[in-house]
Amino acid sequence: MRLGVDVKKNVIVTISSDKGLCGGINSTSVKISKALHKFSGPDKETKYVVLGEKAKAQMVRDSKKDILLTIAELQKNPLNYTQVSVLADDILKNVEFDALRIVFNKFHSVVSFLPTISTVLSPEIVEREAESGGKLGELDSYEVEGGETKAEILQNLSEFQFSCVLFNAVLENACSEQGARMSAMDSSSRNAGDMLDRLTLTYNRTRQASITTELIEIISGASALEG
Amino acid sequence: MLRQATRLLSRPLFSNRSCVRAFATDVPATPSPDTAFVESWKKVIPNIEPPKTPSSFMSQRPPAPSTIPTKITVNFVLPYASELASKEVDMVIIPATTGQMGVLPGHVPTIAELKPGILSVHEGNDVTKYFLSSGFAFVHANSVADIIAVEAVPIAHIDPSLVQKGLAEFTQKLSSASTDLEKAEAQIGVDVHSALNSALSG
Repeated sequence: MRLGVDVKKNVIVTISSDKGLCGGINSTSVKISKALHKFSGPDKETKYVVLGEKAKAQMVRDSKKDILLTIAELQKNPLNYTQVSVLADDILKNVEFDALRIVFNKFHSVVSFLPTISTVLSPEIVEREAESGGKLGELDSYEVEGGETKAEILQNLSEFQFSCVLFNAVLENACSEQGARMSAMDSSSRNAGDMLDRLTLTYNRTRQASITTELIEIISGASALEG
Repeated sequence: MLRQATRLLSRPLFSNRSCVRAFATDVPATPSPDTAFVESWKKVIPNIEPPKTPSSFMSQRPPAPSTIPTKITVNFVLPYASELASKEVDMVIIPATTGQMGVLPGHVPTIAELKPGILSVHEGNDVTKYFLSSGFAFVHANSVADIIAVEAVPIAHIDPSLVQKGLAEFTQKLSSASTDLEKAEAQIGVDVHSALNSALSG
């Protein structure tokens, strides 16, 4: 949705991996989260919800008091919507927010990942923005079926949207993690191979040099005895 | 010889073009990113590239045409698959919480919450029926319907004996439930199974 929407309580949901060796994507996510914190300004309240061990390790160092919730071992079982919807439910119950900013790496190709921010607004802010016109102004033109009031349906819709957006973000981040790990491991294998070649040459040269030295000593010793 | 040269020149170009595949995220016309946000980001944080937002990856929604189109475009998606993507049909009947709602081309823009029930897609004389668990449906002004369900199966895949067993089990659980949470869970089970039952018979 809209990053430019001005709200008082921002909650930044940072998505990262549990396992390492995946290149720089987790650092990128943490960097963008901290930048977003700075961007919101000093007078707004900004808190974190951290998914994944790697981001937790980096953020606990300087933003420990701002972290509301941390979740680890997300990928123990293969990712599915049920698990993410339970997680979304948990976050919605325990966290008070005006806007949720989900920071993740979107998979563009195996070597390119774009840091992306998805915004989910709370129902009150949606009402406020819809009435004031602007980007969400079209929401008012939609008829809302069922329920007692429009607000009830919008509340359900906002929760459903959050779980869907979180599912998308988690899947994209997992994909990016696999791609980043593949390219990181590929380049490290290549570097290790190069180093191995260089060291093999050095080893052979040194071995030959020591054999030559021995031979020279023996021959000069023998020629000293004769002459 | 000149003919050979031109043939050799044109061949690699042609094979390159056929080998290049578009990225999955390539979209035909992307709207410009939020320029106000990008500028204010650059002022506060000059060293880091501004992050992208989902709107820079999506294509602009086509505006509502002036005359009512003859067919409605349906996008029916599940979290793990896309069942129908931009399929042109005559009518869809969706199970909203207020009852079965028929959507024809030119329907007023609506947001509807769905209850467990049958979604039927009518195209000419074919009717395809799916049982969906719940979700949301959006009908936009340009006669595009987006139906997002948490789970959906074609009716043919449902086993009637398992449905009866589940219904009996949940009715029993409902009568023996003590806490509010247990009652709510049992009630949901009863609702879904009775909807499945009526879906199979009706």
